Amino acid sequence: MQSFQEIIFKLKQYWADRGAIIQEPYDVEVGAGTMCPETFLRVLGPEPYRVAYVQPSRRPADGRYGDNPNRLYKHSQLQVILKPSPDDIMEQYLASLEAIGIDLRQHDIKFEEDNWESPTLGAWGIGWQVMLDGLEVTQFTYFQQCGGIDLDLVPAELTYGLERLIAFLQVKDSVYDIEWAKGVSYGDVRHREELQYSVYNFEMADIATLWKLFGLHEGEAARLLAAYDPKSPDKRRFPLLPAYDHVLKCSNLFNTLDSRGAISVTERVGVIQRVRRLAVGVAQAWVNQQEVAA
Amino acid sequence: MSLPFLLEIGVEEIPDWMIPDALENLHLLFEKLEIPYESVRLDATPRRLVLRAEGLPARQADSQERVLGPAKSAPPQAVAGFARKQGVKPEDLAIETTPKGEYYSFIKKAPGRLTKDILAAALPGIILQIYFPKTMYWTGKGGPRFIRPIRWIVAMLGEEIVPFELAGVRSGALTCGHRRLGAKEIAVTPADYVERLRDHYVILSAEERRNRIRGGLAGVRVKPDPALLETLVYLTEYPTPIVGSFDPQFLELPEEVLITVMRHHQKYFSVEDAEGKLAPQFATVMNIDADPEGFVRRGNERVLRARFNDARFFWEMDQKKKLADRLPDLAHVTFQAKLGSYRDKTKRIMALVKELGGKTLAVRAARLSKCDLTTELVKEFTELQGVVGGLYARAQGERAEVWQAIYDHYKPESMEDALPRNPAGRYVSLADKLDTLRGCFRVGLIPTGSRDPFGLRRAAQGVVRILVEGKLAVPLLDLLEGNQQLVAFFEDRVKFYFKEHRGFKYDEVNAAMAAGWSNLVDLEARLLRIQKLRATPDFEPLAASFKRIRNILVQAGFTGGGTIDQNLLEPGPELELYGEFTKIAGQPIEGVISKLRPRVDLFFDKVLVNAPDSGVRQNRLTLLHTLLAEFSTMADFSEIVTNS
Repeated sequence: MQSFQEIIFKLKQYWADRGAIIQEPYDVEVGAGTMCPETFLRVLGPEPYRVAYVQPSRRPADGRYGDNPNRLYKHSQLQVILKPSPDDIMEQYLASLEAIGIDLRQHDIKFEEDNWESPTLGAWGIGWQVMLDGLEVTQFTYFQQCGGIDLDLVPAELTYGLERLIAFLQVKDSVYDIEWAKGVSYGDVRHREELQYSVYNFEMADIATLWKLFGLHEGEAARLLAAYDPKSPDKRRFPLLPAYDHVLKCSNLFNTLDSRGAISVTERVGVIQRVRRLAVGVAQAWVNQQEVAA
Repeated sequence: MSLPFLLEIGVEEIPDWMIPDALENLHLLFEKLEIPYESVRLDATPRRLVLRAEGLPARQADSQERVLGPAKSAPPQAVAGFARKQGVKPEDLAIETTPKGEYYSFIKKAPGRLTKDILAAALPGIILQIYFPKTMYWTGKGGPRFIRPIRWIVAMLGEEIVPFELAGVRSGALTCGHRRLGAKEIAVTPADYVERLRDHYVILSAEERRNRIRGGLAGVRVKPDPALLETLVYLTEYPTPIVGSFDPQFLELPEEVLITVMRHHQKYFSVEDAEGKLAPQFATVMNIDADPEGFVRRGNERVLRARFNDARFFWEMDQKKKLADRLPDLAHVTFQAKLGSYRDKTKRIMALVKELGGKTLAVRAARLSKCDLTTELVKEFTELQGVVGGLYARAQGERAEVWQAIYDHYKPESMEDALPRNPAGRYVSLADKLDTLRGCFRVGLIPTGSRDPFGLRRAAQGVVRILVEGKLAVPLLDLLEGNQQLVAFFEDRVKFYFKEHRGFKYDEVNAAMAAGWSNLVDLEARLLRIQKLRATPDFEPLAASFKRIRNILVQAGFTGGGTIDQNLLEPGPELELYGEFTKIAGQPIEGVISKLRPRVDLFFDKVLVNAPDSGVRQNRLTLLHTLLAEFSTMADFSEIVTNS
């Protein structure tokens, strides 16, 4: 049986062989691999790029104290960006499944319509959920817009849900029973984290403190964005990437506050708008900054 | 020479539900080319849209066009110039006599264009014009838009390729087989196309795929589900159904939940036992030829088990908190930003149910109706809202009338859907929908064109159906808060309902509604009477007379008010009409129409309304006005369109 980590190695190797840079996970909390700068910012502009990385994705509201066999506060996505998308992307994707030992003549694959949209990022794309014997294993998206900007080159984004895919391959009914490495289970590695974060997110996170943090990060991102001067000859050194980190912090704090039940009816839409405005602001400044670089 | 034509647009997987309309659209666009053909056929799988036509000419017919030149009297230079332009000598021109005089003319012959050339020039535009609800670009910003990336194109007229390029793809004679079971490049001709595809595990005909699914499930008691069948037909190129099973212990969960998981989340057919009860089995359709090792079956069984486990987990967890105890939590669930929370909405629904005449049980159902929105099960399966609340209410010992009302209160969700099964359910459904409509119209969320994000048309249609078919004689107009936009919106829905759904003629609906439409039960009764009356020979002539009366009154600017002075009535037709009228006034028109009609006809034949004496004239107008008013409570008959 291939272990969790062996399958990840193989997928990374597979995409590395096809010209992707292998990045490490981004070190700021995100809700999805799409939010990492390696996707969110790199898909903008006319530069081709190929990258793959495993991104732990945090969704506080999905936490289940480690009790639910299929639901996790933090799950792992293998995120692949191919910009622009090659013509044979579908074949390349299917071959990646064969590379991890799935004999596609023996299994049923369907591409079912599933368009992706992230209101907080001003981003959307067209695509499918890929169903393997009735299990959704990958989200396949052709990005169309990011940060409210039409993309010059259309990237293909492949997001493999690693826990699901590997539980399927290892024939496990619970993600916690996945063999991470020989003799070590997914539960051994991660159960404590699921339990403690569920307790924190649902019960103990201090709402006032989180709001204060939200305000601080929002303020810092907004301050930087306001200081960005598109006409400055020195704009290349302007810290847009740090500004974006603060936006990501806001997004994660928002999710935590939401799972804590602290976002009231009237606030919700407004807070999403606030984060979106910052994300779109960074994206636009970023495109402007790249123009001078190119 | 007549030739077959084949067009195959090879695309990455098209959303199943868009395919039939896209084909119809492609057909129309092809027709617009006006190339003659003997027969045409359209087919599709998720990866290809195909048009095949037989009997196209190799070349369009030659055409002739008469070109008029200068007048016969024109100077020779002008004549020579015209001839030169047409590429002939002046002596080859003919003289034509027209109403305006004699002119030089020339018959210009144009050879018909090659059909292949016409197709090559037109096809790229045709393909990109096919309508899809949502399109994408993939070759880069500003590139062509289509439903999904186009990856190959087959375009052949007879044995020849119809050459063109679209989105970087050159048309050719190579198709592509099934993604995993077929070859990637297969040479075809219009003649062997279908068979070559079949060799490579692509069944082109949707009908054949449908039959293959049905055939594969023969002997299995599958719950019929035509919509799901269509989805699967257009989600596969080589469909093969298989049957799997699940642990019978899951049958303890409500059937509604199990079926929703299977149908909406997994696209499985559910299976019944001999008594029609849900069996612990399901049928799924693969997009490959067989599952000899059982991998696909076991994979699907595991997915379903995980999903059912989730549902059971939610079902049990939700039971820990009663519906009634969830009411305060609704304060945290937004109904609409400007319209407050579901807690607010619940209060409004309860008040409306009382106002409509609902009793204690209906109010109880209204109170609990939205509480399931805070359950995990509804968060997971939003399409089960209402149903889940009903099931929990039943499990928590609510009376049948209450839990059924909660269960049904989103009904009717379409024109075909049933009404809530009991009166309490109808009250709650009415109140919920009316509240949504009133609120949205109040804050300006009014549907425009095809945009109706809050489903207000459906909600209003539901209100109309419940009032009419549930025989609730409440005054609808009093419930619309005097909002004229909402009144107009409902007027449209009422018309639509009686015309499109009930089949009344438009002028009957207009006539009946002109006499009032606030009480829809009464409106329906009047419409049924008009429909019957219309079949009688006296009806249309009388309606025509009523229209005449109305026109006379309008022209005279007469608005009524006076009383009839019998002394001013002229003996003969006028007095006889009055006499007849006093006898029949107050009776239903059905019984008196045959007596009334000849009197009215005679009156108009013999009597001049516009009498010279103003007293007589006023008296006649009063008589006509009284007559019209008497019979207009049922309908404004002057709205009836008559042949006379």
